[in-house]
Amino acid sequence: MQYHRPTSFNEAAALANQATGETRFLAGGTDVLVQLRADIVTPDTLIDIKSIPGVGDISQAPDGSWTIGIAVPGAEMREHIQLGKDWPGLVEAMDLIGSTQVQGRATLVGNLCNGSPAADSVPAMVAAGVELSVTGPTGSRRIAAVDVPVAPGRTSLAKGEVVSAVHVPARGKNAGDAYLRFIPRTEMDIAVVGCAINLTLDTDGTVTAARVALGAVAPTVLLVEDAANALIGSSLDEEALNRLAEAASAACNPISDKRGTVEFRTHVAGVLAKRTAKIAYARAQGENT
Amino acid sequence: MALDDQKPSGFKFVGTSPDRPDGLDKVTGRARFGADAYAPGMLHGAVVRSPHAHARIVRIDTSKAEALEGVKAVVTRADFVDGLQGEFGFVLENVMAGEKALYDGHAVAAVAASSQLIARDAVKLVEVEYEVLPHVTDVDAAMAENAPVLNDSYADASVPAGHHPNVVRYHDSGHGDVDAGFAEADLVIEDSFKTEATHQGYIEPHACLASLGGDGKGELWCTTQGHWIAQKTCAALVGIDTSQLRVTASEIGGGFGGKTTVFIEPVALALSRKANRPVKIVMTRSEVFRATGPTSSTSMDIKIGMKKDGTITAAQGIFRLQGGAFPGAPMEFSAMCAFAPYSLTNVHQVGYDVISNRPKQAAYRAPGAPMASFAVESVIDELCSQLDLDPIDVRLKNASREGTKASYGPKFERIGLVETLEAAKAHPHYSAPLEPGQGRGISCGFWFNHGGETSVSLALSEDGTCQISVGTPDIGGSRASMALMAAEELGIPYENIRVTIADTATLGYNDVSHGSRVTYASGLATIKAAKDAVGKLCKRAAAKWGIPEDAVYWEDGCAKPSGANAGNFDPMPLAKITKSMGRSGGPISGHFEATPEGAGVSFGTHIVDAEVDPETGKTAVVRYTVIQDAGKAIHPSYVEGQFQGGAAQGIGWALNEEYIYGEDGRLQNSIFLDYRVPVASDLPMIDTVIVEVPNPGHPYGVRGVGETGIVPPLAAIANAVSAAAGVRLRHLPMSPPRILRALKDKG
Repeated sequence: MQYHRPTSFNEAAALANQATGETRFLAGGTDVLVQLRADIVTPDTLIDIKSIPGVGDISQAPDGSWTIGIAVPGAEMREHIQLGKDWPGLVEAMDLIGSTQVQGRATLVGNLCNGSPAADSVPAMVAAGVELSVTGPTGSRRIAAVDVPVAPGRTSLAKGEVVSAVHVPARGKNAGDAYLRFIPRTEMDIAVVGCAINLTLDTDGTVTAARVALGAVAPTVLLVEDAANALIGSSLDEEALNRLAEAASAACNPISDKRGTVEFRTHVAGVLAKRTAKIAYARAQGENT
Repeated sequence: MALDDQKPSGFKFVGTSPDRPDGLDKVTGRARFGADAYAPGMLHGAVVRSPHAHARIVRIDTSKAEALEGVKAVVTRADFVDGLQGEFGFVLENVMAGEKALYDGHAVAAVAASSQLIARDAVKLVEVEYEVLPHVTDVDAAMAENAPVLNDSYADASVPAGHHPNVVRYHDSGHGDVDAGFAEADLVIEDSFKTEATHQGYIEPHACLASLGGDGKGELWCTTQGHWIAQKTCAALVGIDTSQLRVTASEIGGGFGGKTTVFIEPVALALSRKANRPVKIVMTRSEVFRATGPTSSTSMDIKIGMKKDGTITAAQGIFRLQGGAFPGAPMEFSAMCAFAPYSLTNVHQVGYDVISNRPKQAAYRAPGAPMASFAVESVIDELCSQLDLDPIDVRLKNASREGTKASYGPKFERIGLVETLEAAKAHPHYSAPLEPGQGRGISCGFWFNHGGETSVSLALSEDGTCQISVGTPDIGGSRASMALMAAEELGIPYENIRVTIADTATLGYNDVSHGSRVTYASGLATIKAAKDAVGKLCKRAAAKWGIPEDAVYWEDGCAKPSGANAGNFDPMPLAKITKSMGRSGGPISGHFEATPEGAGVSFGTHIVDAEVDPETGKTAVVRYTVIQDAGKAIHPSYVEGQFQGGAAQGIGWALNEEYIYGEDGRLQNSIFLDYRVPVASDLPMIDTVIVEVPNPGHPYGVRGVGETGIVPPLAAIANAVSAAAGVRLRHLPMSPPRILRALKDKG
């Protein structure tokens, strides 16, 4: 196994491009190291990207948008007061991952690129409209978070490409997001269903924009347009919520496995969508929930 | 034992809760557990395991593994003793497969190498050719007519004709006439139940360090609940004399019954012998789940008849237990414990021990009893509900008492079931209002408790302190209990006593720390060993004073003349006698060994409030109270710990823990992420009430407390969940998908 510690993303991309066999990028390592120890993956090349300048920073641009470094752990996101005020759903989704110890290492990008359909932060990123900067052998590009996972354990990133930054849009007024997951326990578990909703309201409380994302109910995260449309134009009345739940359940394409059945996941997706929408709506109205 | 041998009330040390002697080591990391042993020249072992649920082993080629640099030995079944019969034969077959791999994870070979990484690589180089066979993992499917046959020679003579060869043992017991009893009933309910297999979930994986020379002399360090059984079993499997293998028990990071047998220990010994170097093996968590001893899964049919006034007229149960690929599923304990809380005129119980393509089951706290209790107490709850009777009143009406002929045969001596029920009824929990969406459940539970071979030695030091050697690994704070009982007898402070878990070379055979026997049996032996030493102390004092031995008695840590006639001497403290013992006759020690028979049975009653989310099927246990008869609580805080631990493990078993097998017969959830034991935030504070109805078979009245506490939770939680959900749950665990399905079926 070759271990590298590049100091720039261009160098990281070049190393990955030249590597043969299995390549893994190492930031928090909360998936890669576990997989290595469990004999699931033994990378031929391990590229540690924690030493690249700026990867641990959270910064806000004058337009209100945010850039989060690829090695920023969940614990630092949680402790960032303004980020939490702008994007409480994204921060709470990240915060649900693992234990306190894991929170000290785990990152948004790691959660995304591990490719698990059940990743908690991914529906929240998708609902928030997060984009990623990707550095590759021939230059950089921007890609929406929703377009990164293509199948369980697989991403759309090409050989030699490495995510170099996370871009979260400006929050804007009268807007809020939320994330809920279903687990059989109270913590230290993996989502059986995850739901993130991001809402923008007008001044009288009518939903003008909505994004609804579901996790763990399909091979990849789902951005459910029908579910969003069920909310747009409503004030989150019972009828809109029921339409939301129906649309969320209808979008599910889950499997039955050790964590839940098709029937269960499909039903609970609707239940969670309603509950999540209510929290996002309250936040958009300025309530501190 | 005569009652006049019992210590009167007015204990000085017993009944207090000092810090455990091993506590500082355990919270600072100084304590040495199974994986904390190292030896010069030590190799690392790793085990090759079957990926198939059932397969004939056609060929094993170890040549590539042996050729890898750093590999010092590879063993297969050929490196163990041939022709073992009975339980040793089953254990050998389990720790190293012979002709067939019988479950996913079954060991088929093992390697020893100079590093863990090399050993892991070498495992991948061992080539095993399998002929995959049809498999079965479900208990009912394994009994069915066309089920794959695992082994057609395992069934013993107890099995009636006409059963599938996978049915290997049969049990039938009871008394009275159940048909006549059912005819007298106003309401008869008959229902079927299933429970999935669970694992004890001890945090410390199995680990050992073994050294065995060509001279047949060996040393073994391992995490175990019983190092004498490990000694006996390992010696038999590798073919050496028992006494030539010295076994030392490490500190133990949980066992709960699962560390009462061996898995990697004989393998490490065989590797060591072949490599002529010490070999250490540490299991991964996945190996622990796949290849150690979970509980049985069960399928049960219960039929109970009740009169309108709550009198049970007859009870009948069929208990089918799947115990993995070998005989031994504790179906007779299921059958015998099922109805033990009740005084029944007509009772009949039948048990089936069924083999299937799963790992060999091992004991798990009151083996067999929790599942049976779940089924029986669910039906009693349903009867109470349909007849509109209070569940505690009904249990009190039918409760077993002193003199009751137990459902499993003997007459009960003094027992404390009624006292636990009365305490439950009086507890504020039982009358507290419930919130909407919540339900309350109660259940009783029973466990036999056990005595077992026990040998304890105690030696006094010149400075008046005391060291005690016991042979039962400390799995629940027993060093503290032993020290308290010795302090009580000797009359010296608790802190002046050090209790050591002695190795197999130090004492005679000690049975395993199981059967809730340690505080009872090792405690009894400790008291008797202390009395033995006290007799010698009195004798030294008598000699010093020049009066007869029987004119001296022991009180408050001093020898005293028994009265004015004996002479007028100042009390002689223990430290004064021991200071000169080298010149007054030599070292003073005490010893006791026996197989005590008076382990008092124990009952408990649990009250549970549960809340069910009707939209997701998720359950929260919101309040929990354990009431149990401890006989006499030597260390009340650790007794409460046992009560709470039983309830916590029961909550996991009832709600989320289960072995999940795929269609391919492979275990799907061999990590703690997907084998869901409760985390701290899943549990309410578990309240406890210690009832003390003394056991006539122990000098202080001790009854074992370790196991009874896991018997009632499954039923109590199921009754609470069923009340909250408005539908009877008959399949454990009551995971959210199962509850949601039940709610949908109810409509």
